[in-house]
Amino acid sequence: MGYKIVIADDEPNIVVTLEFLLEQEGYDFVVARDGKEALEQVEAFDPDLILLDIMLPEINGYEVCQKLRENPKFKNLKIILLTAKGRQVEIAKGLALGADAYITKPFSTKNLVQEIRTLLEQEA
Amino acid sequence: MFFEYLILLIAIAYIGVLFAIAYYGDKRADEGRSLISNPYIYSLSLAVYCTSWTFYGSVGRAASAGVGFLPIYLGPTLMAALWGIILRKIIRISKTHRITSIADFISSRYGKSPAIGGLVTIIAVIGVTPYIALQLKAVSTTFDILIRYPASISPAAIVDNRLLDDTALYVALLMAIFAILFGTRHLDASERHEGLVAAIAFESVVKLLAFLLVGMYITYGVYNGFGHVFDLAAKNESLAKMLTIESSGLQYLDWAWLIFLSMMAIMFLPRQFQVAVVENSDENHIYKAIWMLPLYLLAINIFVLPIAFGGLMHFPNNIVDADTFVLTIPLAEGQHSLAILVFLGGISAATGMVIVATVALSTMICNDLVMPILTRIHLFRISEQINPRNLLLTIRRSAIFIVLLMGYLTFRIIGESYPLVSIGLVSFAAVAQFTPAIIGGIYWKGATKHGAFAGLTAGFIIWFYTLLLPTYAHSGWLSDSFIQNGPFGLTFLKPFELFGLSGYNQITHSMFWSMLANLGCYIGFSLKGHRSGLEQSQASLFVDIFSRPQQSGPEAFWRGTATVADLQILLARFLGSRRADETLKNYAQRMHLDIEQLSSADAGLVAHVEKVLSGAIGASSARVMISSVVKEEPLRIDEVLDILDETSQAIAYSRELEQKSRELEAATEELRKANDRLQELDRLKDEFISTVTHELRTPLTAIRASSEILYDNPGIDEYKQQEFLGIIVRESERLTRLINQVLDLGKIESGKLDINLQPINFRDVISDSLSATRQSYIGRSIHVTNEIPDDLPDVFADYDRSIQIMVNLISNAFKFCDKENGRVTIRATCENNSKVRIDVIDNGPGIEPGQQSVIFEKFRQAGDTLTDKPHGSGLGLPITQKLIEHMGGRIWVESTVGEGSTFSFVLPMARSDIQNRNQ
Repeated sequence: MGYKIVIADDEPNIVVTLEFLLEQEGYDFVVARDGKEALEQVEAFDPDLILLDIMLPEINGYEVCQKLRENPKFKNLKIILLTAKGRQVEIAKGLALGADAYITKPFSTKNLVQEIRTLLEQEA
Repeated sequence: MFFEYLILLIAIAYIGVLFAIAYYGDKRADEGRSLISNPYIYSLSLAVYCTSWTFYGSVGRAASAGVGFLPIYLGPTLMAALWGIILRKIIRISKTHRITSIADFISSRYGKSPAIGGLVTIIAVIGVTPYIALQLKAVSTTFDILIRYPASISPAAIVDNRLLDDTALYVALLMAIFAILFGTRHLDASERHEGLVAAIAFESVVKLLAFLLVGMYITYGVYNGFGHVFDLAAKNESLAKMLTIESSGLQYLDWAWLIFLSMMAIMFLPRQFQVAVVENSDENHIYKAIWMLPLYLLAINIFVLPIAFGGLMHFPNNIVDADTFVLTIPLAEGQHSLAILVFLGGISAATGMVIVATVALSTMICNDLVMPILTRIHLFRISEQINPRNLLLTIRRSAIFIVLLMGYLTFRIIGESYPLVSIGLVSFAAVAQFTPAIIGGIYWKGATKHGAFAGLTAGFIIWFYTLLLPTYAHSGWLSDSFIQNGPFGLTFLKPFELFGLSGYNQITHSMFWSMLANLGCYIGFSLKGHRSGLEQSQASLFVDIFSRPQQSGPEAFWRGTATVADLQILLARFLGSRRADETLKNYAQRMHLDIEQLSSADAGLVAHVEKVLSGAIGASSARVMISSVVKEEPLRIDEVLDILDETSQAIAYSRELEQKSRELEAATEELRKANDRLQELDRLKDEFISTVTHELRTPLTAIRASSEILYDNPGIDEYKQQEFLGIIVRESERLTRLINQVLDLGKIESGKLDINLQPINFRDVISDSLSATRQSYIGRSIHVTNEIPDDLPDVFADYDRSIQIMVNLISNAFKFCDKENGRVTIRATCENNSKVRIDVIDNGPGIEPGQQSVIFEKFRQAGDTLTDKPHGSGLGLPITQKLIEHMGGRIWVESTVGEGSTFSFVLPMARSDIQNRNQ
């Protein structure tokens, strides 16, 4: 295993559940509380995947996604947009900006874990 | 004598060629392969403007006035630039209404008035007759010069009044025959004469070539080119002066009037109207003519000055009439064949003008003068046995003879004593009188029949008195004492100094007064008078010609019905039965009617037949003829009154409509605004729902994830279990709060909020609120200052809602105050002895001025909602504001960025306290 994941979300209670799920799967992870921090963590931690909320302080999730995709260094980084924004246009925008998956909140923990597994194994 | 016969023979042979061309042109037209339907022939036919006046007279004028011959050609050149606008409109109108002449045009415009048609015809005939005389004079003079050279070259030598030996008479007769043969060959609905136009175009070529040849001969043969001629002239003191504007003997005002006159003449001389409008086969031909005609004028004038100077140097001391230089110089040099060619060019110039002018005038005399009279006396009732076609042709042929005869007589009276140019200008001034009626008629709907009639009459009378009469008087046919002393010794009526206006030349003087009177009457009477229905309808048909569909006509004005058979007979009488059948068949085809089945004609068919008939006999006569077969006489006085009444009703109705449409516009504008507002509300509602949804999803996410974890992991350790259960509890509370807020907002907005207003103590409210929010600042270093006076009066409000308000404001303050060293102050004061004011002060980041009002809107927190994670639902402040307003208070915020914000609100004081305080 040994996959590394960045959790970018500013809702503490949601972060707690995500931490539990990732820990259970045996992944390494760090938490970012806003968009700026998310970019810094990706730079520092070099994760395989990022769980990215859209409504983030400082820099919103769309922008973070765009910035990551512009940087060839992170071309293998998987991006899952995990957000309460569930409208069709918002989903389309997220995917157009280069996200690998778009999961709306509230999410099913099983589905989320499954999606993460699938994406990470794709890479291998 | 031999030479004389030779010249006659050549002249007759030349006229034979013209006949051949005209015959061929007509034949081609009959076969449907028009010879003349191209812009080049059209432009050449317009050059019928260049008559003997140009051919002989320009040189004569230049010999005495230098560049003074030019304005007559500058005018048309300027006018040509406007043809795309004015001439195109006139042509379009004329084609649409089958106009046959300028008289027909003006009469049609002013309600098909026979009086106006007649008046225009009279002005045109009287005005143009001297012009025709001028041509006869030129041809006969040059003929005499040619056969009697050198004995005849001086003006004094031509005094030969024996009638039977008078060349001019024979010339006039010959021209009459030509005009009759090709101008009245058949009675056509379109009144076009293709053969005639072909011959005219050919003549334009001949006169140009002849003039260019003689010009080149004199300039390069007799002298050594332009430079040589001008050099010699410059050395001659009297000639040198002629190259200046001053020498033209014209003041600038004269130049302006002459240019104006010729601008109008190029369009409104009856013959110019004939070739430019009636004979026009395609209005797009105008666009080539716009540059080709000025080019032609330039070419035919280029040698005028060299010839004039050459002549003056050749024949010093004025022994030769300068009008004849083009002929006498070659003769003096022994170039007889060149002289004959020049003579042919002169004949071309003269015959072209005379023939087109007489044909145009005869059409006018017939359609606008004689026919209206004949139709009035009911000569053409279908019951009558006279064949109107033959009668019409006879009238026209007689008219041609009469016009030429009048020309001849005029020539005998005034011809000898006037130079060519002066006679021509008199004619120009006459047709210039049509200008207001025509230009006004096609651009000003308000112009009326009375205005046009008054203007034309006034202008014509002044023209007649100040130009034509003195011309006759000068010739000795009238006593000219009235010129010197005024009639009956009334000096202010002297024809050249009317009302004391002196110091101008005759043309300028006459034009000033006649145009002043003409325009004044035209506008004055038009503004004063009212118009009949037909006039109104014709006015808008003319003025709005380009904005109307091609075939629409004033059909509504035929209210009665006619039988198809009657109409057919009527048409057949004027056009022949073949054309009558064709006309009806074409109409039936276009309207998808079966003509065999049709017994009574509708208004549309009647109007169509009228239009076709107009082409043959003019608009006003056609109208009378049609009215004779239409069952109810449409022009009966009560009918006319009905129409007028209807029109005035229509006007009233249309005013009402206008009013309605303005109201409608206003209503539409209001609706649009309301719709915009609704759409804005709709958008806000969408946004609201979307935001609420988002706000609901967030706690739900935490709850769902925690529950699933607990469910999927039964053996999870107790600490973790507690943590997740705690999340579920807190997030459920958050969800409940949010739902309550949304419900609250809904209640407030729909006015269903339960509020129990009573005197309450706000100290209690504040302390309860502080304890309710204590939890949220546990663990943070926030210093809370409570500045509430002990004697704070009671407030008239709802206790629970007041707590809601304070909890919201206090928790906001805690949320936003400085993270490290938070300070929150709550202050209460009395205001105006009637209100209690509460301030909640924090030392947070502050709110940008632009955001300060926005924060009271739903889901609008300070900052970009997308990047600044909302610290609450975004409903707190809007609810707070609504609650305070509901209880009769007001809330506002004051803030400085970087220093903090103060939320203040006032609530009314309880009444008992107000009384206590006031005691």
